[in-house]
Amino acid sequence: MSAPATSFSAVVAAAPLSIALVGNPNCGKTALFNRLTGSRQKVANYAGVTVERKEGRFLAPSGRLVRVLDLPGAYSLNATSADEAITRDVCLGLHAVEARPDLMVCVADATNLRLHLRFVLELIRIGRPMVLALNMSDAAARRGILIDRDKLSRALGIPIVSTVAVQRNGVRDLIAQLDRAPPPPPTGQHDANLHAEVRRLLADCVTMPRHTAVIDDTLDRVVLHPVWGLAILALLMFVMFQAVFTGARPFMDGISNGMQLFGTWLGATLPDGPLRSLVQDGIVAGAGTVITFLPQILLLFLFILVLEESGYLPRAAFLLDRLMVGAGLTGRSFIPLLSSFACAIPGIMATRTIQDRRDRLATILVAPLMTCSARLPVYTLLIAAFIADRKVWGLFSLQGLVLFALYAAGIVSALAVSFAIKLWRHRRGHEVEEHALLLELPSYRIPHVFDVAIGLWERSWIFLRRVGTVILSLTVVLWFLSSFPAAPAGFTGPAIDYSLAGRIGHAMQYVFAPIGFNWQICVALIPGLAAREVAVSSLATVYALSANTEQAATQLQPLIAAQWPLATALSLLAWYVFAPQCLSTLAVIRRETNSVKTMAIAAGYLFALAYLASLVTYQIAHALA
Amino acid sequence: MHQLTDLPRNTNATISEVVAHGDLDPIAVRLAELGFVPGEPVRVVAKGPVGGDPVLVQIGYTRFALRRSEAARVMVCAETA
Repeated sequence: MSAPATSFSAVVAAAPLSIALVGNPNCGKTALFNRLTGSRQKVANYAGVTVERKEGRFLAPSGRLVRVLDLPGAYSLNATSADEAITRDVCLGLHAVEARPDLMVCVADATNLRLHLRFVLELIRIGRPMVLALNMSDAAARRGILIDRDKLSRALGIPIVSTVAVQRNGVRDLIAQLDRAPPPPPTGQHDANLHAEVRRLLADCVTMPRHTAVIDDTLDRVVLHPVWGLAILALLMFVMFQAVFTGARPFMDGISNGMQLFGTWLGATLPDGPLRSLVQDGIVAGAGTVITFLPQILLLFLFILVLEESGYLPRAAFLLDRLMVGAGLTGRSFIPLLSSFACAIPGIMATRTIQDRRDRLATILVAPLMTCSARLPVYTLLIAAFIADRKVWGLFSLQGLVLFALYAAGIVSALAVSFAIKLWRHRRGHEVEEHALLLELPSYRIPHVFDVAIGLWERSWIFLRRVGTVILSLTVVLWFLSSFPAAPAGFTGPAIDYSLAGRIGHAMQYVFAPIGFNWQICVALIPGLAAREVAVSSLATVYALSANTEQAATQLQPLIAAQWPLATALSLLAWYVFAPQCLSTLAVIRRETNSVKTMAIAAGYLFALAYLASLVTYQIAHALA
Repeated sequence: MHQLTDLPRNTNATISEVVAHGDLDPIAVRLAELGFVPGEPVRVVAKGPVGGDPVLVQIGYTRFALRRSEAARVMVCAETA
């Protein structure tokens, strides 16, 4: 390092630098952010993955601390949606909490400069220190796009670096640039017409052999075909749910057997008494039962991650837009609703990309109806216990079909509810304004095996942590409530009937008997509010404690198969399609809509639907049986 | 000159005008920001399965899905190939 550079870095080492990553949607800001800071924020191939500002930091080679802010993508400072407004506010120094960054790192997709340069020019006009990162420069080179960086840099008046966020050393030049003294704010004469300037810059500095990637044209011809496109979409969804049920079976059985061996071993090792009951009936039977569902949840996420990375999701939104408009939603609702299959919380946050306020509200209200991954354990348990394991037409598994039907029930009721909202608005005479779509379809991309693997690993970690914290602690609490007060001598019947949980369960039966829930289910519903999977662990604990025989402790599924009438099982399935059994979802609805009333409406209508659906299901099934 | 919605698929055309509905038309403003400005070459790549709605438009290096009502604001001249 030369002498002046050393003295410069010695001066700045003390002063941290704050930078913000700004740019069009889907240009790779978050991938760049992850590469710079070593974070693992979610990245995918569609516009609007990042809907909130994210902060991270790293140490530059000079020892200078760089604070990095990742902002939601925006097409313009003239924001049209909630996520774009965050970016606008930070860039213009209007944000309530976030101070204006020292340096804006404007990120542009090198393969899409015609669109992205316009926003670059808009940002330059703010007149703050700025660096341009031409991201995906490897993809641009592959497509034969030549960019004269020096010339473009002189014309724009800001430094330019090339980056490849998905490669290990793809941000070396950017870090070196950040480690230098911040560039002066851009000055000079600018054309009033941004588009004219973009055109001139492109003509002067960029050579482009072809406008589109050949592969995109070819794939879109099939995938967006009015008939084939819809057929492919339906097939994809169907295969997904079949695979989630049948593909994960062997792994789940393996874990289940392991848990059973573990429980038996514990039973033989620990002395008889409350401790053995706590470990065996509480922890192993409760939390252990939930762990068996990990393979299934991972398989579901494998599908979701691959779909997100490939760029297919916005295409599905394109195909379904008209249908969703008819039902009072918008094509833009598709991605938030699909994310809700994983969990309604990120799904509801993703609605920030919906520009129209009413469309956004309708999407938020129906997002909890999408079958989230926490419901899978409940569905799987009941399906495996009550639905025969046989093939239909020699091809599909009946159990997989029932699971598909439950997912479909969620989707259909979401469409019905949004349609009802639309009708209600119409009758109230609300002005039918135009809703905008304006959805960008990205280039296709082959998902990186490594990224998908990381995504799955993170999911496993989140799930296991949930089992280890929320689910485990609730199971232990429930064990206590179900074990104490202990039954006095001479009490006939299982001791749990005398316990607090037993009494609560019996009291709740007055409300839930008409829909066929026994007192054990009633008990499990309460802790299930914290996390839906807890309903399974709670049932396991309650049944383990009610059981008189030792060997019943770790096997919930055959137990309920023997004890519950089919009508009860179907009724509980119907309940879970609708019930707002998740406090975190309700909290996020309140935060995103800033309205307790909306949250109450959501909770109220979901409970009402759940009770009604279960009542109808139970009474019909009971009458037929 | 006709509306973008009437343009047959895979026909090259040039934008002649983007018609705003009223003085403050956020959709027209956004269309301009996305590059729908006079002189730009466009092409309809695909149409939605129901009633040809939405339309998928190639503009520059990007593809945007526009509803028919949005696309109808864009007036184009088809290229005489």
